[in-house]
Amino acid sequence: MAAATLETLLGRHGHDGTRLVQILREVQDALGWLAPETLTAIAHAIDRPRAQVESSAGFYSFFHTRPLGDYRILFSDNITDRMLGSQALLRRLCERLWLEPGRVSEDGLVSVDTTSCTGMCDQGPALLANYRAITRLTPQRIDHMARLIRRRVPVSDWPREWFRVEDNIRRRDVLLGNGLAPGEALAAALERAPTALLDEIERSALRGRGGAGFGSDIKWRACRAARGDAHYVVCNADEGEPGTFKDRVLLAGFFDLVVDGMCIAGFAIGASQGFIYLRGEYRHLLDLLETRLAERRAAGLLGRDILGRGFDFDIAIHLGAGAYVCGEESALIESLEGKPGKPRIRPPFPVTHGYLGQPTTVNNVETLALAALIAVRGGEWFRTIGTASSTGTKLLSVSGDVARPGVYEFPFGVTVAAVLEAAGAQDTQAVTTAGAAGPCLTAEAFGRRIAFEDVATGGSLMVFDASRDMFEVARNFINFFAHESCGLCTPCRVGTAVNARLMDKLARGRGSPCDLEEMEKLHQLMQHASHCGLGSTATIALRDMLARFRPAFERRLRSPDFAPDFAPAFDLDAALSQARGMTGRSDPGAHLGDETSATGALRAGEEPR
Amino acid sequence: MSDEHARAAPPPRKLKLATVSLAGCFGCHTSFLDIDERLLPLLERIEFDRSPLTDIKHCGPCDIGLVEGGVCNAENVEVLREFRAHCRVLVALGACAVNGGLPAQRNNIALGELLQEVYRTGHGLAAGSRIPDDPELPLLLNQVHPVHEVVRIDYFLPGCPPSADAIWDFLNALIEGRAPTLGPGLLQYD
Repeated sequence: MAAATLETLLGRHGHDGTRLVQILREVQDALGWLAPETLTAIAHAIDRPRAQVESSAGFYSFFHTRPLGDYRILFSDNITDRMLGSQALLRRLCERLWLEPGRVSEDGLVSVDTTSCTGMCDQGPALLANYRAITRLTPQRIDHMARLIRRRVPVSDWPREWFRVEDNIRRRDVLLGNGLAPGEALAAALERAPTALLDEIERSALRGRGGAGFGSDIKWRACRAARGDAHYVVCNADEGEPGTFKDRVLLAGFFDLVVDGMCIAGFAIGASQGFIYLRGEYRHLLDLLETRLAERRAAGLLGRDILGRGFDFDIAIHLGAGAYVCGEESALIESLEGKPGKPRIRPPFPVTHGYLGQPTTVNNVETLALAALIAVRGGEWFRTIGTASSTGTKLLSVSGDVARPGVYEFPFGVTVAAVLEAAGAQDTQAVTTAGAAGPCLTAEAFGRRIAFEDVATGGSLMVFDASRDMFEVARNFINFFAHESCGLCTPCRVGTAVNARLMDKLARGRGSPCDLEEMEKLHQLMQHASHCGLGSTATIALRDMLARFRPAFERRLRSPDFAPDFAPAFDLDAALSQARGMTGRSDPGAHLGDETSATGALRAGEEPR
Repeated sequence: MSDEHARAAPPPRKLKLATVSLAGCFGCHTSFLDIDERLLPLLERIEFDRSPLTDIKHCGPCDIGLVEGGVCNAENVEVLREFRAHCRVLVALGACAVNGGLPAQRNNIALGELLQEVYRTGHGLAAGSRIPDDPELPLLLNQVHPVHEVVRIDYFLPGCPPSADAIWDFLNALIEGRAPTLGPGLLQYD
């Protein structure tokens, strides 16, 4: 039975090793988990070393090489979910199921755990039930869910209402109000020569919307000029930054514009194949998007001889499997090739050596949609919107302490304060402007502008009102990075883990000033020595919060009477407990005080004689 | 005037150095001795306080303390605290002090199980063997810790052991007031 299922799935993927991540996902879907013999069979079938298959199976959070229950419930653990009460709901579900978080129930039925932000921050708390998103959790839903699980009702038969994902578009501008028909932008683009199209993009001064703001025309021209057997277009829909969900809304409601944008990019760089790398958390969109692609093929808007103009271009969707680092373009390409998503050494950059070593342009979903818009309306028109260095509009995902969480489209140059006002934020003490990986602004900076030259953002704005403990926000981010570090380079692998331990130490009230200094040193080190952007941005929010909310950290330090500069993270006397128990000793030598009296110790300014 | 001033200036004070091996193998101390004849010029710049080389039992006020080995028992904690209290600059010397090293391999086994196996149920034990409970013996900690988890450490000198040249270079940097760095050849991965 299992062998037949496996063979069918492998056959559908042509036993192609570059499709390993897709194969693993589908096999796990069908068989429940990835057993050792399954991995061996896959390795044999795709003619790759077993270790390679196992390393991919072990890398992604959504793959498991041990059984984790017929029901796998993963609560989104972003700070915005926590602020909406996700932790209490997780405990409630565990209590209802007689279960410990992270453990599989003894009958092998269910496990409940946490996962990184699932991109439902505007309609949380959210969770994934067998990797399907459920939004707007309430205690009633949790109780109902526990009953359904105990009665073994398949997830596909759970109330449909639970799986409803809202777009929550709160402000439309030129992109979200475009009114274009499917293929209209593509038709306009194909009127021109590819080089004329590149000139139009250059005139628009379009910059990448993923956050880095790289000039799209420069990227496309470099890719077009690069020599290779084939060129590729990749749409980066691995929207993993905590607090971001605007790409989800673009894919759900404006998919034709995104596909038009991909086709246009393909036309401009000379590609005939494109990929959409869709994050695993957005599994609910997959069938819808596949259907739309099929409809476009039938309508002559995708595939061979598009619009009868002799241009061939098709698109395949790859689903991710729960790895934030795959948002980095070279890690994403590794994942597309079936490998663990570890960032490559750059240069060479993907524009010359990308997918399968061929010239590849990787663009954010929003960038591609805007490119389509520019193809119709023109670069000059686009440049009239926004600021001189940041043209056009930006989609902002706003969540946290606001009355109206959702997606806001504003021209670049809008102030943070204006966004806060539009979203109905009150008594705001802080805003993170680039998810967990960017700065944390406080009131005196709310007059600053959203633009690459001022507050650069990929679009994640999380808002915290005065009731929030910013230490807990920082700790949530730090734990996120410790979990998501890919482990390739030491500064990030070790740095994120050390930071997480220091934050735990502070949270237990055992911190010392030394620990705060250590975190600042780690920030310097990780920022400059990490292999990719994950490590170099993992401590930016922490640095800002340490500077702007220092009392939130300082109140967790041990009293200075006990620890003038340093305190251990653990109780030393308690660390002798097992030996005391085994020996039955209780003499003074069997105990350690808090700190030995430092008789004869050096005092400040004193010299040893 | 300047001559007179020069005559009046005291010779540079010798720095005081203390060393100790906690849960270590003395390999780092042995490596220290491998600086060989350079020990003689070193002794013109430093003076040993507590150290296996002097057999001084307690540490007085010192400039530099070198700590080999991790922290595995109550006595290690007390000695380490004494060093911290008395040394201006405290150095974790070698892999065990830096990371816990070989002795920390026991951290994956519960201490109770370990003592039981070694003293009660293991092979070759005399009849009636029991877990030692003499108050003279320091109690083991539940886990072996690197020194920086118990006190503040100023410098880490990695290696198993750090080479004699690395220790020589490091001490000279401290004596001459330079920030120590391990240059090419002094930091090896093998």
